[in-house]
Amino acid sequence: MSAVPFIRRRTVLTAAVLVGVSMGVPVFAQNKSALNLAMIGEPPTLDIMSTPADLVCIIMQHVFEPLFTFDAKAAIVPMLAESLPKVSADGKLYSITLRKGVMLHNGRELNADDVVASLKRWMDVSPRGKSISKEVADLSAKGTHAIEIALKNSYAPLLSQLAMASGMAGMMAKESLAQPLKEFVGTGPYQFKERRPDQYVLLTRFDKYSARKEAASGYGGKRTAVVDELRFVPVPNANTRVEGALAGQFHYADLLPIEALARIEKAPGKVVPIMTPSFGFPYLVFNTKEGVNASQGVRQALRTAIGQGEMLAAGFGDTRFFIAEGNHFPKGTPFYSAAGTEFYNERNASKAKELAVKAGYKGETVRILTSRQYEFHYNMALIMAEQLKRGGFKAELNVVDWATLIQRRADSKLWDIYITHSGQFPEPMLSPPQLGDGAPGWWSSPAKQAALSALNQEPNPAKRGALWGKVQQVVYDEVPYVNVGKFASLSAKSPALEGYTAHTYPFFWNTSLKG
Amino acid sequence: MLLVMALVAVMVFVLTRAASGDPIGVLLGDQATEQDIARIKIVYGLDKPLLVQFGYWCKELLQGNLGDSIFLQRPVTQALWERAEPTTLLALMAVFIATAIGVPFGILSAVFRGKLVDQVCSGLAMLGASIPSFWFGLILMQIFAVSLGWFPVSGYGEPGASIWVRIHALMLPSVVLGVLNSALILRFTRSSMLDVLGEDYVRTARAKGLDESVVVLKHALRNALVPIVTVIGLTVALMIGGAVVTETVFGLPGVGNLVVSAVLRRDYPVIQGALLVVAGIYVLINFFVDLLYTVVDPRVRG
Repeated sequence: MSAVPFIRRRTVLTAAVLVGVSMGVPVFAQNKSALNLAMIGEPPTLDIMSTPADLVCIIMQHVFEPLFTFDAKAAIVPMLAESLPKVSADGKLYSITLRKGVMLHNGRELNADDVVASLKRWMDVSPRGKSISKEVADLSAKGTHAIEIALKNSYAPLLSQLAMASGMAGMMAKESLAQPLKEFVGTGPYQFKERRPDQYVLLTRFDKYSARKEAASGYGGKRTAVVDELRFVPVPNANTRVEGALAGQFHYADLLPIEALARIEKAPGKVVPIMTPSFGFPYLVFNTKEGVNASQGVRQALRTAIGQGEMLAAGFGDTRFFIAEGNHFPKGTPFYSAAGTEFYNERNASKAKELAVKAGYKGETVRILTSRQYEFHYNMALIMAEQLKRGGFKAELNVVDWATLIQRRADSKLWDIYITHSGQFPEPMLSPPQLGDGAPGWWSSPAKQAALSALNQEPNPAKRGALWGKVQQVVYDEVPYVNVGKFASLSAKSPALEGYTAHTYPFFWNTSLKG
Repeated sequence: MLLVMALVAVMVFVLTRAASGDPIGVLLGDQATEQDIARIKIVYGLDKPLLVQFGYWCKELLQGNLGDSIFLQRPVTQALWERAEPTTLLALMAVFIATAIGVPFGILSAVFRGKLVDQVCSGLAMLGASIPSFWFGLILMQIFAVSLGWFPVSGYGEPGASIWVRIHALMLPSVVLGVLNSALILRFTRSSMLDVLGEDYVRTARAKGLDESVVVLKHALRNALVPIVTVIGLTVALMIGGAVVTETVFGLPGVGNLVVSAVLRRDYPVIQGALLVVAGIYVLINFFVDLLYTVVDPRVRG
């Protein structure tokens, strides 16, 4: 056989196969029901305790479960715990009974030893857990299905901290615990199957999942894994997530650019937009330790010069996606308070100049540290710099990449203001970290101490709302950080995905595929 | 070759550590305190002096160990190996397309120098070189993936996808890369052919009454091949680590994507290992291109 016909035949064959593949062969052969979920990137780790990163939480909350969680009204409800804990009269002793018959993904029943070991690890590796460890005097198992947490002082945010999904105090099989975590053995409705970096994280249904009996509500109640597989696919380019949602490749696409809303709305049969209101809040952290902002008077002058409304407009554009309001918690929630909000969105250049002179400001440069990792940070920084200049300040933008920002903000000599954002959580002590000790900004004052002690030691949830108002007032007075306002997020789902409800951390138990 | 690699190893280490930012701050997130960061740094050996870290890395390197990724929970060699297939296939498919466009149109351009064909080809080449790859990628995506539904928008097939499904997923990105890179090959082919077409032996061939296609394809092209092969080789090498934008737009798990995400997160072992391997591939491809010269131009052998 001569070479020429062989090559020709092979070429023809290859071409035929390629054309066949491109024209008709199904791209997504499906034997099992599976959801393709486009995420914003590759998770930095799968250890849900070790990082508060939203992405890690979104994926691994299907694998790991906390003792408590939040229902649709942001109230704390039991998850792996049988019921809410018994708390001693002085608020120092929490007795928690575990649900019986909860199976771990390795086939063994979850017991009190697993819970104690998991909580100890959480208090050791999780930044949020570490702050709790300072409050805990003793943690011990009481029999096979109960534990006790003894606190040094009454600490009301404990249950919220245990219920928080990000940086979760998730329960893991004791024998799987390691640092770094190599095995992911939890109790969730889905179990970890495979991770291929930059391709997918694959979770499969856990058939022995032990669900709660109560009706599903928020993150709480009955969880059912209807779909066989969850495939979390990293799609770092936001426009690609939009196109993938429009093409029907993804059943869910997380965090889309707001500009994409018009296109999504024009394709009603193909994709459904999902807006999550009060998704988060941007905030400006002030360096209270060193430099020009060590002076509270200067910080108040800066606060007066800033116009949060303009900043939000620059950051988010469409008015449906932000709310310019000074209350740190939305209206209708337990921590709503208007205390101090007369200082919100002042944008008063002449008053700012007066206050600056009074505070002894002498034209020092105000260094604003920001990054373009999140474009809205940068856009807000541009507007803020102009507002500050109008208020008589010498403002300078210092634009770096995110990793550099995280490193530099730890050094009090390098910045005066930095810009970041946080999810809007149902408990004040969950965020921002400046309410705790030692976070960049290094805010520490007697007024802070007094207001936060009162809030944290009040066990009655009904009274804590008013006490938060006092903390909010101190934040407005002392300006350790400025809450810019609230923003909504845009995601999209396929019309075929049923049962999905919008949450800060999207989850896919209780969802199914039509047809 | 070894000297080049040693120099690359030193440069890569120095440059990655000279950049500000640290991986542990990124890993632990907003709530981490300085103490937390310091504690985890010890786990990854990042608390040691730089010289000690470099010495340790070199020692491991000599044993063929590129270290473990801080974020991917796997050895760097495994992470690179997982990306070898999409990157290699993408590079080969794109170079095939680039060559299939660049060489014939470069020849046409040279043969019809100054004529309309030349102007159209040169104009299109300039256009191709100027279009941003992300824009071109999104346009193709909208037409062929969203509107027509012929190709997936992004990704590299689902879990357990066959090789054909994976190749299918690579088609749009390879067209983007191929079309954009064809410009350089076209320009090189044109100028190289123009040099040769003016030579005496081409005139002699024509004077002998040979068919024009034989003159161009056999006598001229053969002698113009050395620079063309060089630029094709360089294009392959460039695509091994440099198809970053296209890989990001199409969500491909390639080497470029790996390096960029590692740089953003300061995943030092991955940056160092990947750059070292890409540099090694560069050197190897250059070596093979040199060997190819002897095939396409026997005079080089002498």
